[in-house]
Amino acid sequence: MQFKGKTAVITGSSRGLGRAIAEKLGKLGANVVLTGTSDTVLKTASELEEMGIKVAVVVGDVRNADDVKAMMAKAVESFGGVDILVNNAGITKDKPMAMMSEDDWDTVLDINLKGCFLCTKAAAKLMIKKRYGRIINVSSVAGAYGNPGQANYSASKGGMLGLTKTAAKELAPRGITCNAVTPGLIESDMTEILPEDLKRKYLEKIALGRFGTPEDVANVVAFLASDEAGYVTGQVIDIDGGLVM
Amino acid sequence: MVFEKVKKLIVEQLGVEEDDIQMESSFIDDLGADSLDIVELIMALEEEFSLEIPDNEAEKITTVGDAVEYIQKNT
Repeated sequence: MQFKGKTAVITGSSRGLGRAIAEKLGKLGANVVLTGTSDTVLKTASELEEMGIKVAVVVGDVRNADDVKAMMAKAVESFGGVDILVNNAGITKDKPMAMMSEDDWDTVLDINLKGCFLCTKAAAKLMIKKRYGRIINVSSVAGAYGNPGQANYSASKGGMLGLTKTAAKELAPRGITCNAVTPGLIESDMTEILPEDLKRKYLEKIALGRFGTPEDVANVVAFLASDEAGYVTGQVIDIDGGLVM
Repeated sequence: MVFEKVKKLIVEQLGVEEDDIQMESSFIDDLGADSLDIVELIMALEEEFSLEIPDNEAEKITTVGDAVEYIQKNT
């Protein structure tokens, strides 16, 4: 797999999975456009640049259509277009549903799901013209199978799966594929905060006996973003070490 | 002339004969466009005439005349 001459926009790439995906694609030759809501993403950008990766960066919010436009415009202006979009930006605000505020619901749905829609819409326009595109949505096993305490998160991630399949069907005639990955328990800021006993409980259920790494996710995303995956669309791939089968 | 320019774009985008394009031609019913063709056509019009057509306006453009009229009003 190589991505020379290809440009990838990876949302939420300051750290965690987004950063790992950007680093992977970048090391394989892609120009990468990083986005994040804080200045942390600028630091990540310069770190990737030091590795010899061609980087552009936008501080912006995926909930805001103007910010999203700016992300795509940056890709066009820096590298001439968008070939790959990785919808990775996402947050959690976990609570038992009975205690979950409307605000927590709205915020998570807005960032995780509406953000995915806005970015897909903006990138698709560029890809339609090119008659080429790879869209990869980073969902979650919680979206496919549910998870206590994550009503908002799982609904947003489940919504992404529907969006993935619709985008796949709508955009297929223009050579654009759209797939989703559903990571399970991955070592990141999001799982860092889990209580120890819960971590142990999960570990017992993971067939491969370990949490995943951001690189485990990046490897699958890279495949779906590659030319080699051109006959795969509308699919959901679990990256969970065999947590669910 | 706007109509002539629009006609040229439609020929390029939809691969239809220039003679088949009338002001009242419907993109979908008469010119064989599908919904993605219309998305592309709108983008081509935006580029050609240096304007931005908002989604709620774009969805009202269903005939060649609609497009010509919109452009005349907004350029």
